[in-house]
Amino acid sequence: MTSASTNDIEFRSVAKRYGSVTAVSDINFAVPKGAFMALLGPSGCGKTTCLRMIGGFEQPSEGTVYISGEAMNGVAAYRRPVNMVFQQYALFPHLDVEQNVSYGLRQMRPRISGAEISRRAQEALEMVRLGGFGKRRIHEMSGGQQQRVALARAIVNKPKVLLLDEPLAALDKKLRTAMQIELQTLQRDLGITFVLVTHDQEEALSMSDFVCVMNAGRIVQVGPPQDIYDRPASLFVADFVGKTNRIAATVDTGGASVVFADGTRVAAPVATTPSAGAAMVALRPEAISLKRNGAAGTAALSGIVTHRIFLGSSVEYSVDVDGLGDFLVTADRRALGDGDLVEPGDRVGLAFDPNALHVFPA
Amino acid sequence: MPMATNTKRNLVTAALVAPAAAWLMIFLVLPFIAMLVFAFGERAPEGGYQAAFTFAQFARLPTRAAAFWNTMVLAPVGALVCLLVAYPVAYYLAVKSDPRYRLILVSLVVVPFWTSLLVRTYAWMYILGSRGIPNLLSMIGLEDVRLLNTPGAVLLGIVYGYLPLMIMPIYVSLEKLDRRLLEASADLGARPVSTFFGVTLPLSLPGVMTGVALVTILLLGEYLIPQLLGGGKVFFIGNALVDLFLQSRNWPFGSAIAVTLVAVVVVILMVAMRIAFRVAGTRQVDLV
Ligand SMILES: Nc1ncnc2c1ncn2[C@@H]1O[C@H](COP(=O)(O)OP(=O)(O)O)[C@@H](O)[C@H]1O
Ligand SMILES: [Mg+2]
Repeated sequence: MTSASTNDIEFRSVAKRYGSVTAVSDINFAVPKGAFMALLGPSGCGKTTCLRMIGGFEQPSEGTVYISGEAMNGVAAYRRPVNMVFQQYALFPHLDVEQNVSYGLRQMRPRISGAEISRRAQEALEMVRLGGFGKRRIHEMSGGQQQRVALARAIVNKPKVLLLDEPLAALDKKLRTAMQIELQTLQRDLGITFVLVTHDQEEALSMSDFVCVMNAGRIVQVGPPQDIYDRPASLFVADFVGKTNRIAATVDTGGASVVFADGTRVAAPVATTPSAGAAMVALRPEAISLKRNGAAGTAALSGIVTHRIFLGSSVEYSVDVDGLGDFLVTADRRALGDGDLVEPGDRVGLAFDPNALHVFPA
Repeated sequence: MPMATNTKRNLVTAALVAPAAAWLMIFLVLPFIAMLVFAFGERAPEGGYQAAFTFAQFARLPTRAAAFWNTMVLAPVGALVCLLVAYPVAYYLAVKSDPRYRLILVSLVVVPFWTSLLVRTYAWMYILGSRGIPNLLSMIGLEDVRLLNTPGAVLLGIVYGYLPLMIMPIYVSLEKLDRRLLEASADLGARPVSTFFGVTLPLSLPGVMTGVALVTILLLGEYLIPQLLGGGKVFFIGNALVDLFLQSRNWPFGSAIAVTLVAVVVVILMVAMRIAFRVAGTRQVDLV
């Protein structure tokens, strides 16, 4: 197989069952060398299970996990060339920061010298900007610092792949954003493959080279962040990754046009030819523009603004659309112009490019 | 108003502490003072205590050197053997056993306590006595093997009787050990043996120290096991005391021995604690 040389991680038809519970099944994906992959999905969809099968803490019930082209069936965790940043860090409470970081180095056989160990540990600590903290106890470190210790401990052995299980979930928003950038920089500097587990779609989209979206124990879409967002493969992905409006509809025979539940007929998107019959249409809030009533005749739908949420650079409107119910519309403030703010209670038209519609069989 | 609530709170605290304090005062402090006084007195001609101030009782301590020696050797050795047997059991119960049956298995550990130690030690007397194992051995030609009334028999009795007390604290500290720490250790390349010595053992040390201290201290006052399994040959300080107080009615000498034992225990504990704190350092803080 050619995959041996180009992929650091590969799952082939992997399934994991706990007794009668199937945690994941039919998992197939490959992570190219040096890539940053995100495993994205709602809580309980099986992300951690997949990561633990890479780490060697769980064995697949079916199929095979490959690391650098080598089948890992039955290979113990301590023999695998991967390291993990655990969800709650799992730092050793009886060791200080430096001892935590050098733990992996002290396991190396043949042994490496004490001087070399402390040099490399120090190097890893400096990489996460904790240079002067080596002698601190773990409980003396803040959440964000513990997160860095966990990171330093995991990269000190120079693994082929770094596994991160919701590493930023416990941090506050500001720290999280800062760490996202640091992680990306770190990944570029080290040149090692990252597999990041997260339920935060923003995090997945902003950090990774490609995203593997999971739902209910299965992979539902794999692709670069932009593809996932712009061309969701299912209604679930459209809903989970970013906000979306769902519209019940039917597709005409021939697939040339879509008829919304309220009778509005629009042209079907040209990129795809949807199959005829009942369908569910997804439309991103930012793909819709609001028109003051009577301003233009291009609006396909019309409704009354019920709420306005001011978000700084953009404004979010809830619009009660005649015959279709609540719609979410996001308007860029610059595009809007100051005088153009629409007020709750105003009647507005909703215009959109039919090519922005995503049509899924219902 | 705050004064009043404070006073009230103090009263409540006092009321809660009072029974225990009174208990300790009446059954520990006062008897200990009495013992101290007795230790410097003389034996009345008809037995018991007669007021005096003399060091004569302490001068006679060497005549009971054997009892001191047996106690000071067999108590710590017994505790250590207990530890070696107890740790794997506690480890199995806390880490390896099926969680569904764990509670049942743990309760089995304390089941022996449902029968009195006296009865169980009697049973050992028969097992080790001439009609027990030696009898079986003689059938295969091994004549005259003596098991009862040897230090080995006492040690066996000690380990048998005190094992549950050692298993429990170790089990508790292993039970609350975070499994993810073991995974983290393996993840970092540690073989199972390295993980045990690098993570599991250090984090279970509080349980180990509790168990060793508990069993050692209880063993220092042990009377029953040396009496039954050691016969007249291997006796502990406890046996010497019973002898002196109940048989020869030499209360002052008995008191001198008891006072000396307490002094030795206090010194040992202080040294042990200093060493333990130095070894563990601030680790204790993290473990609480
Ligand atoms: N050890 C286990 N025993 C039984 N079920 C498990 C075990 N670990 C995970 N599961 C189940 O597998 C599914 C996936 O879990 P997990 O991989 O932790 O999800 P995620 O990390 O995406 O939140 C869940 O339904 C969970 O209940
Ligand atoms: Mg998880």
